[in-house]
Amino acid sequence: MGLFSFFKKEKKKNTASLAKERLQILIAHEHSDTSSKAPEYLPKLQEELMVVIRKYVKVNDDAVNVKVEKGDNFDTLELNITLPESK
Amino acid sequence: MSKVIVVTSGKGGVGKTTSSAAFAAGLAAKGFKTAVIDFDVGLRNLDLIMGVERRVVYDFVNVINGEATLKQALIKDKRVDNLYILPASQTRDKDALNTEGVESVINELKEDGFDYIVCDSPAGIEKGAFMALYFADEAIVVTNPEVSSVRDSDRILGILQSRSKVAEEGGTVKEHLLITRYSPERVEGGDMLSMEDIQDILSIPLIGVIPESGSVLQASNSGNPVIMDKESQAGQAYTDVVARFLGEDVPLRFVNPEEKKGFFKKLFG
Ligand SMILES: Nc1ncnc2c1ncn2[C@@H]1O[C@H](COP(=O)(O)OP(=O)(O)OP(=O)(O)O)[C@@H](O)[C@H]1O
Ligand SMILES: [Mg+2]
Repeated sequence: MGLFSFFKKEKKKNTASLAKERLQILIAHEHSDTSSKAPEYLPKLQEELMVVIRKYVKVNDDAVNVKVEKGDNFDTLELNITLPESK
Repeated sequence: MSKVIVVTSGKGGVGKTTSSAAFAAGLAAKGFKTAVIDFDVGLRNLDLIMGVERRVVYDFVNVINGEATLKQALIKDKRVDNLYILPASQTRDKDALNTEGVESVINELKEDGFDYIVCDSPAGIEKGAFMALYFADEAIVVTNPEVSSVRDSDRILGILQSRSKVAEEGGTVKEHLLITRYSPERVEGGDMLSMEDIQDILSIPLIGVIPESGSVLQASNSGNPVIMDKESQAGQAYTDVVARFLGEDVPLRFVNPEEKKGFFKKLFG
């Protein structure tokens, strides 16, 4: 075990904390995916809504936000459209 | 009241079978009538790890199909009283296990007075793994200090709490985190996730930490569950796991580099 291997070890030192950080982000993401249980039709619905909306107003891709909220007795579909600033 | 415990992980090769064998042997040694079932259909291995491979006549699938009785298929361990092994079938038929069949076997074991039924799950999240966890009251989630294993454990926890029978009936499966192949030196060196890291991420109660140990390979070579090797750290760590499972308050061992006598000696002496 010479000086060289000592430096090599130093350099690698924090891969464990990097692993932890990556896992925490990934797992938080995977949980939010499953816990909201978005219906499968959601992306398609959003796509088609964009087409309809654009017939009337010029909006960006991120101007339309569709999400499903879980309630006790029923779920609600929330649709948010940010209109462009009127001048 | 009998309890069904699944030993599961998602990821393959992390130590499920090693842990199932040790855990079941440990429970039996404490006087509980224990059965350990190999759910790894097509890749039977528990029989080898338990050293009963030459005594397999009938298997789990034979019992489900009515080709043998449970009594005929159960192998009684010759070293530990109260310990019985139900080997997996070597069939390549993926649908060999079904919920009705598995349920009837588990129910018969319960009626026969088994205290604990330990289910050694295959890797993956497919049918075999699902069958192994479906009837579980408690789960031992075997995790290695390594990113893919931790992620897969998280996935299997999600499946446990949504798709098991207990979950379907509105309950929760009791979870235990078992970290295996742990190297305190590498944790200290900063290139292995620590047990605290893993607990932070998975946030389930820790039942034990099994060190990386050459005695596991020796145990499997000789067909003795590693828990029977009272000298080895892995064996002792499994003994602690069993004690904690039974409600004893046992401190963790072999989780700090200092405790591993000889490490510094190896390095400097
Ligand atoms: N604590 C340990 N120290 C050293 N080696 C270990 C330890 N635990 C398990 N192993 C080794 O890891 C390998 C896999 O173990 P095992 O067969 O128990 O895993 P598994 O999760 O059942 O695998 P599979 O997913 O294929 O069923 C074996 O070679 C075993 O000897
Ligand atoms: Mg296995």
